[in-house]
Amino acid sequence: MNLFDILGPVMVGPSSSHTAGAVKIGLVARRLLGDAPVQAHILLHGSFASTGNGHGTDRALVAGLLGMEPDDLRIPKSLELAEDVGMHVRFGSVHLRGAHPNTASLSLKSKNGRELQMVASSLGGGRIQVCQIDGVTTNFSGEYNTLVVHNQDQPGYVALVATVLAQHNVNIATMQVFRETSGRFAVMVVECDQPIPRDVVESLEPVHGILKVSYMNVEG
Amino acid sequence: MAYYAIQQILDDAAARGLPLWETILEEDLRSHQGNREDTWNTMARLWEVMQETSRTYDPQDRSRSGLTGGDGARVQEAAAQGKLLGGPFVQEVIAEALRTSECNACMKRIVAAPTAGSCGVLPAVLIPTAKWEKLEDQKVVEALFVAAGFGQVVAARASIAGAQGGCQAEIGTASAMAAAALTYLKDGTPQMCSYAFAMALNGLLGLVCDPVAGLVEIPCVQRNVTGALNALGCADMALAGVVCRIPADEAIDAMGDIGDKMPSELRETGRGGLAATPTGKAIAEKLLSPLSEETI
Ligand code: SF4
Repeated sequence: MNLFDILGPVMVGPSSSHTAGAVKIGLVARRLLGDAPVQAHILLHGSFASTGNGHGTDRALVAGLLGMEPDDLRIPKSLELAEDVGMHVRFGSVHLRGAHPNTASLSLKSKNGRELQMVASSLGGGRIQVCQIDGVTTNFSGEYNTLVVHNQDQPGYVALVATVLAQHNVNIATMQVFRETSGRFAVMVVECDQPIPRDVVESLEPVHGILKVSYMNVEG
Repeated sequence: MAYYAIQQILDDAAARGLPLWETILEEDLRSHQGNREDTWNTMARLWEVMQETSRTYDPQDRSRSGLTGGDGARVQEAAAQGKLLGGPFVQEVIAEALRTSECNACMKRIVAAPTAGSCGVLPAVLIPTAKWEKLEDQKVVEALFVAAGFGQVVAARASIAGAQGGCQAEIGTASAMAAAALTYLKDGTPQMCSYAFAMALNGLLGLVCDPVAGLVEIPCVQRNVTGALNALGCADMALAGVVCRIPADEAIDAMGDIGDKMPSELRETGRGGLAATPTGKAIAEKLLSPLSEETI
């Protein structure tokens, strides 16, 4: 914990969990999608659903999807801005069993047809946890450069991803492997010390058995 | 590791012959391999944003619920007309606490200090004090280091989240941090800062978190005034030589214990206290979410 966990962040109000954390969720989703979404179906759970309107949680999530940071003064106007740039947003509420009270589920589609389904919780103080990617349970914060690989649940992929990252001088901070319940595919979440170059994604994407590669770098 | 006890900060400062703020800054640099200039500039930026927030206050703004707005201006106007009891400095503290917390409720930019709900307490005392005492920005930034360093001990030993420790953890901590900062600004000794901190925290022990309709508005906005005035009173007591018989670290532990014993209804769930009053419930009813339930 550093001093700026006590004073700060600089953020648009009114709530670090319901507003600042929600912006973060939108932003991480946009980064992982790899492009601006043109369609977003957002479902709010728990306290996000019951108090989200008064806290501007809807506006905060969309602001993040538009690429804004939690201190962006345009957050209150995000719904109008989304309309201007042709992002179609639809909201609903949902009950997710066992989920943290401040949770949202986002289903996104980008212009070039990429899709992402993500469930994330706002843990307080603006910190978030991504709990699900495309139906697979995950657990990461979006605070680090993160590579997410969907692959067939077979041997060799972990070694391959580690090798490709090493070839690009990217050091792995943490690595987690999750598997979809039906066993159709597995998801690898790799948090890295250095930004992940586009090249890494391009060398992984064509590999047989790798179904999808997403990544996000913390700076832009 | 950052400090785990306020006494440790005081001891370290005395042993090294450094002022409180510098002891805290250096410990932070040591534990995060930080850069002195960056850390200083980040803190200076927070002070700038606090003042910016106050400047951008617009009495016409209303929160999304429509429950909050315009009160900072109301107090200022009544003060100008000579209708109020407190002197000009106190009036300014009240107006400032309202201005910043109203900005928060109205989705403007604030500094969480330590949380968004309690963001008005520190600016409420710092901005008027800087003006009245004609302080250099540098001195105020030093006071922010003192506030943050003391606040960090609360986060480490207890909690600064209403959902965990009730409002004593948010407004209580903010008020204690503000009391220490004020005492520092008036050239109080480190021991006085610690007394002021402890007294302010003690005064708000047991305060529950009971936001109406779950929104950071009622009672949050007005509780920022409570926190600011409490800070002022405790700083003045400490500066006058009044001591606090319970050491700051023990007060923090007591706050943590009380928080653990608070039922969940009184910890930010919006189900107890003011939120559960007939009026609180009626307000919540009116603001019910318009979203339709879906399944995935
Ligand atoms: S009542 Fe709860 S939400 Fe409001 S300021 Fe206090 S701790 Fe924060």
